[in-house]
Amino acid sequence: MRALRFLLQKEFRQMFRDKGFTGRLFIAPAIQLILLPMAANYTIKNINIAIVDHDHSVTSQKLSQKILSSGYFKLADYTDFDSRANKLIESDKADLVLEIPNKFERNLITDNTQKTGIEVNAINGVKASIGFGYLSGIISDFNNDLRATWVQPERTNPLPTISVEPSFWYNPLLTYYIFMVPAILVSLVTGVAGLSAAFNIVKEKEIGTIEQINVTPIKKYEFILGKLIPFLAVGGVVFTVGLLISWILYGILPLGNIAVLYLFLYVFLFAILGFGLLISTYSETQQQANSIMFLFMMVFNMMSGLYTPFDSMPGWAQFVSHLFPISYFIDVMRMVVIKGSGLHDIRIHILCVFLIGLVLNTWAVLNYRKTS
Amino acid sequence: MDAITVNNVTKTYNKKTVLAVDNISFSVGKGEIFGLIGPDGAGKSTIFRMLTTLLLPDSGTATVGGLDIVKDFKAIRGIVGYMPGRFSLYQDLTVEENLTFFATVFNTSIEENYDLIKDIYVQIEPFKDRRAGKLSGGMKQKLALCCALIHKPEVLFLDEPTTGVDVVSRKEFWDMLKRLKAQGITILVSTSYMDEATLCDRIGLILNGKMLSIASPEDTINAYPEKLYAVKANSIYHLLLDLRAYEGTINCYTFGEYLHISITSNEAEVRKYLEDKGHENIEIKAITPTVEDCFIRLLKHQDERNSNKDK
Repeated sequence: MRALRFLLQKEFRQMFRDKGFTGRLFIAPAIQLILLPMAANYTIKNINIAIVDHDHSVTSQKLSQKILSSGYFKLADYTDFDSRANKLIESDKADLVLEIPNKFERNLITDNTQKTGIEVNAINGVKASIGFGYLSGIISDFNNDLRATWVQPERTNPLPTISVEPSFWYNPLLTYYIFMVPAILVSLVTGVAGLSAAFNIVKEKEIGTIEQINVTPIKKYEFILGKLIPFLAVGGVVFTVGLLISWILYGILPLGNIAVLYLFLYVFLFAILGFGLLISTYSETQQQANSIMFLFMMVFNMMSGLYTPFDSMPGWAQFVSHLFPISYFIDVMRMVVIKGSGLHDIRIHILCVFLIGLVLNTWAVLNYRKTS
Repeated sequence: MDAITVNNVTKTYNKKTVLAVDNISFSVGKGEIFGLIGPDGAGKSTIFRMLTTLLLPDSGTATVGGLDIVKDFKAIRGIVGYMPGRFSLYQDLTVEENLTFFATVFNTSIEENYDLIKDIYVQIEPFKDRRAGKLSGGMKQKLALCCALIHKPEVLFLDEPTTGVDVVSRKEFWDMLKRLKAQGITILVSTSYMDEATLCDRIGLILNGKMLSIASPEDTINAYPEKLYAVKANSIYHLLLDLRAYEGTINCYTFGEYLHISITSNEAEVRKYLEDKGHENIEIKAITPTVEDCFIRLLKHQDERNSNKDK
């Protein structure tokens, strides 16, 4: 145990001597927490729309007005040539083209029905489908307005209609960053703590210092603990910095108990550091470790429910992502921060992550022994 | 009792496809400097890594300080100092921090064994606040030696300690080894510089994982069976071709500005043969073989034996 103290002393000394270290610890999380939530914003604005108006009537102009005043759309062009609008889509200047046909107003009044065409540029699928959704909403709203003004209301409603009044629990305004920021914080902790731990051990291999350590009476477990403990500390610091930033910048204060969050953080760090250790036993150089980590971080970020809802994945993919500790942590963060869940609500999460951590660490330690 | 004994040790890599160390046996007495001499890839580092308990032998047994390298590996780690061929200290720690770190993991301090490293440490002490990565090559070697010595090991393993070090530093380094030997430390050192071989008490010539001979440098040289001559003439290339074609030649190779040749006939006959061939300014002198000559001779034997085996 005495040796462990000197190992820790050495680790921390090296850590603070590394010039980029404090930057990675404080500045990187700050920048990511400021930038990423903006990128992960699903409220899409500035959709470029081209309106092809063959009608030039009062109604068609009212419709255009209504669309543009919604705030989601930017007028790319207002024309009466189809070909011009199509060119805008081809050159990526327009995301949507709304086509108002000739005699739009007259047909509406005489035939009580009219069709409009919407062409969507689906290169950016998210923007296209969300933009289309907005536009259809506005048009159907416009339709209701028209009916209200033109159709005499009947004494009794001839068709029963169901009106839905949504109420969003826990996040009433569906503010995107309230649920994105805590999840991005998880991805950050994984990156800073898990990755650095793997690189740190591989670095000793690469430089050859591990040889020198191996011929000393330092025991394997002392060496491993000496590597893991500093990163438990680093993980805690990054997490705290992240919580502070999300409080200062976004006003997010966890509804639930902060102690529960930290408890889960350390169970999570146990698992993710085990993963880092495992990667380090399989790689000889930092480059190798880096490419393995890059692959896994991609998969973690895409499959853990960070950007896309977990439940929309096919069954096998859900099973796979249940093997990633990061999926549990993102879930727990959202539960505790937004919903105020307590220890009892996340007990299954804790158990799962602990088991995963146990498997990873055991695997890593066994493999570490074998290779030396 | 011998400080190191190695009995029929064999080690293979890559699932037994690469034979690194082939049935090697030797022993090193207490307080002896034993040199493993051989070219790169001869298996020297593998022997070091097995004796320092970093690798397990496939077969055979070995002891260090009377302790078995497989069973008592933990105890061995407390009594040996190891300096790997590659500089492997913490480059981002200072000279002093490196030394303190290795002292503390061995449960000792710089002060406790200062007299052992004093001669070496005074040379790097002016740079004690410099990071190890910023030291010159010779300084790095000195620091590495200090770190390997700081816990007063019984046996010191130095794997190619002077590779890439200038001539003056190399000489200083060997002077230090002599002083350590005087303090009773057993030293196993490997090198590919043949001139360093004469500085050892005994040397083992090693090639392709096989030990070719073990003897003191003098005995190794005395064991050279043929007469050896250094030959020089105006056209050294034609001289080499002609001498190799000469029927009395056993072995002929370039050695600096001379050709070294071992022959069955005598000097006068060679001179006559060369004069007949039209060589000018012929210079022939009898010389004492060096360790390198012995090594080249053994190398040639090995080749011949192998090619006979192939036939």
